[in-house]
Amino acid sequence: MTNSIAELENDADVILITGSNTTQMHPVISSFIKRAVRAGRTKVIVADPRRIDMVELAEIWLRQRGGTDVAWLNGLIHVILAEDLYDHEFVEQRTEGLAELKEAVAPYTPDRVEQISGIPADKLRSAARLYASAKAGSIVYAMGITQHISGTDAVKSLANLAMICGNLGIPGGGVNPLRGQNNVQGACDLGALPNVLPGYQLVTNVEARARFAESWGVTGLPDRPGLTVVEVVHGAVEGSVKALYVMGENPMVSDPDLHHVKKGLRSLDLLVVQDLFLTETAQIADVVLPAACFAEKDGTFTNTERRVQRVRKAVDPPGQARSDGDIICDLATRMGYPMAYDSASDIFDELARLTPQYRGMSYGRLEGEGLQWPCPTSSHPGTKFLHKGVFPRGRGKLHPVEWIPPAEERSRRFPFLLNTGRVLYQYHTGSMTRRSEGPNERYPECRVEMHPADAKRLKIRDGDWVQVTSRRGSLKARAAVGRVTPEGSVFIPFHFAEAAANNLTIAALDPVAKIPSYKVCAVRVAKAQP
Amino acid sequence: MDTFTITADGKEIEGRPGQTVLQVCQDANVSIPTLCHHPALKPYGGCRLCVVEIEGMRGLPAACTTPATAGMVVHTHTDLLHRARRTILELLLANGDHDCLVCNANGSCELQTLVYEHEIEHRPEGEPFTRRPIDDSNAMIRRDLNKCVLCSRCVRACMDHQVNGVIDVAARGSESVIATFNDMPLGDSECVFCGECVQVCPTGALLEKRAQFASQPWALRRVRTTCTYCGVGCQLELNVRGNSVVKVTSSHELPGPNGGSLCVKGRFASDFIGHPDRLTHPLIRQNGKLREATWDEALGHIASKLSEIRSEHGPDSIAFFSSARATNEENYLLNKLARAVVGTNNIDHCARL
Ligand code: SF4
Ligand code: SF4
Ligand code: SF4
Repeated sequence: MTNSIAELENDADVILITGSNTTQMHPVISSFIKRAVRAGRTKVIVADPRRIDMVELAEIWLRQRGGTDVAWLNGLIHVILAEDLYDHEFVEQRTEGLAELKEAVAPYTPDRVEQISGIPADKLRSAARLYASAKAGSIVYAMGITQHISGTDAVKSLANLAMICGNLGIPGGGVNPLRGQNNVQGACDLGALPNVLPGYQLVTNVEARARFAESWGVTGLPDRPGLTVVEVVHGAVEGSVKALYVMGENPMVSDPDLHHVKKGLRSLDLLVVQDLFLTETAQIADVVLPAACFAEKDGTFTNTERRVQRVRKAVDPPGQARSDGDIICDLATRMGYPMAYDSASDIFDELARLTPQYRGMSYGRLEGEGLQWPCPTSSHPGTKFLHKGVFPRGRGKLHPVEWIPPAEERSRRFPFLLNTGRVLYQYHTGSMTRRSEGPNERYPECRVEMHPADAKRLKIRDGDWVQVTSRRGSLKARAAVGRVTPEGSVFIPFHFAEAAANNLTIAALDPVAKIPSYKVCAVRVAKAQP
Repeated sequence: MDTFTITADGKEIEGRPGQTVLQVCQDANVSIPTLCHHPALKPYGGCRLCVVEIEGMRGLPAACTTPATAGMVVHTHTDLLHRARRTILELLLANGDHDCLVCNANGSCELQTLVYEHEIEHRPEGEPFTRRPIDDSNAMIRRDLNKCVLCSRCVRACMDHQVNGVIDVAARGSESVIATFNDMPLGDSECVFCGECVQVCPTGALLEKRAQFASQPWALRRVRTTCTYCGVGCQLELNVRGNSVVKVTSSHELPGPNGGSLCVKGRFASDFIGHPDRLTHPLIRQNGKLREATWDEALGHIASKLSEIRSEHGPDSIAFFSSARATNEENYLLNKLARAVVGTNNIDHCARL
């Protein structure tokens, strides 16, 4: 997030929520927004194909067809530029590329956008006017925006929208991705990405590599960007990847096109899985290592507003389970690289030295409310919102982007669009929440959400078993008939291994971010026997 | 900012514009008993335990709803006030099932503390109260409204803080009661089980069901940490007895992004921690089956196999999936293992998934 969570309640006067089912995925953040709306401080625009809870609070609801985000965002920008509602001062002083952007969005007239996205032209215009009128307009988004083959473009469009309205670098004004998992931010910050070292320092950068090599006491570091999760699976299928070490992930449920994943993982010479439970992935591993959970170790997580906070040990791990960090040190040592730390705090000191955004942090300073990066020196108070005064690259670039149709569209054989995601009561592949009685009682099994009109046509009643089939696979689950999902679409949560939504999904990737297109693929639905 | 002075129990203390008498007194450590008041919620003025005497003002105004003004002379502990408060407490005691010995809130109940502080020696005899059925309709929250003192904290938490508006004070003839829409059990209502109502309830009326009979409040150790589920990073406290996490709570007093709120996952999805399915030994596949192994054997096997694959096929034939659920320190270490020890940039995690 470029802003802080509290700014959504206190400072933003218009919030555009898109691709985020906030009340279900980030309930506590949704309360901040709901309070602001209730107090009359904030107006909300929701852009989402599903009638999510936030629609009830919204001033305007744009119900776009799946996979058309770049089109309607370009449409919004078109209206704001055409009606001269943009922030001239900000655009002139802090950005570049207005002419190119203007040209790119010119064809996205409200009428054309209506044809592509299904959003009525008038609604698009009102939304554009409302967002442009904000003193501090905030954009809140999540996987609903990024999990498309054009996800990177959609994120660029959001940045374009924010910049032309001067909604960056001020309290409450910004672009705010909500992270689905507790430490996505920290994993990205600290080098768990194939193209960057900790602190987003490119592996192709000679000086960065030299700095790390020296600190790590090795002669050199690999200079070619590595493979992403989905590419690793392809590599395993092809045979170029021979060994995979999995720390606390469950690709056998979470990754797209599970048949392909299974084939890949099965052809490895060595699959190691380190986890809390014998997950679907651990079941096919060659070696399984028992890991400690968050309550059993010390460390830090970085939240979605870049706040680094302490994790503290409360209980001992069961049996012989050990913390992930402890296991890694032991393994490194056995591979001839002695690795040992007295405490998590020592590891943190080392990573802080090498990661510019974290440099001023230490466990002592993280007591209290933690620190938000960037925090470059030990007296720096941390940063509540980003991009005040100047962007890292100087001027903010307005990126012209074109809408491209989704990788798969409805067809006669596959007449529904499938959207996958999460529900309030479950988390990720369910290994933790499905073992927690309370939440699991509320949402114990996979449900295929569909619109009453579709259900009626297919003679499906709420609770009936249905078979959902895509070009890649099939699953059986009960139907949940309701008005949240639009006609012509179905929504399936991906938490349930026995009815794994990712048997159906497509491994088509966004070309830049390599994010699978979980939000759009074509399926058919039929009534099934229990 | 402008400040002004008021006198409380003969002491001169400082107030700021907009503050209530209660806030000014509390800031200056002049204690006034309260029950419906909760620092994170809007004032309600319902229980009348915070009554005070203010010179020049008639009657006994409630400190939590009376604005403080310059020069006010306030008395917080007079015989009259003590009697008034005792009467209120005796009424509450008579009108509910306040049997501390068999209550899970014993030792952490604000009513119990107030009764003790006001030196009440017996439960007063009164009209027997109407018993209400206990709402046991779900696995998370147990509602026993026989222990409810109608402070409305839960209603304000649900309505004003979480903005869920699931419960309200419903008037039924002369008897008010906290109820969901149509008085449905919580499990059938619109409740999303954030548990904020439980957190603010001063008595044993609302309880985390899992914590019942798991520990008496004074045997709990509280460890502050960060939620393991979504990216909000809510600050919470693991309530631990021995080696098990009995319940999860938060508080507006914990500094952090969540202001004391949690959602159902943070608060109620902690059973997995001590779950019998947890892995307790390393496992190695032998003849197609996973069998228990020692750490030495398991790590030795991995180290030699990785080294072998690396020398045969090069470092880029090895890949690592790190985790968006592991700590920063662990992600950093795995990145170091991949890059410095194995020599590959093949490290990623499921940020994208
Ligand atoms: S658990 Fe949350 S939603 Fe349910 S009644 Fe309590 S405060 Fe309201
Ligand atoms: S249930 Fe608890 S919080 Fe709610 S009114 Fe009764 S005593 Fe107060
Ligand atoms: S309590 Fe809920 S909202 Fe808060 S971090 Fe945990 S999962 Fe997210």
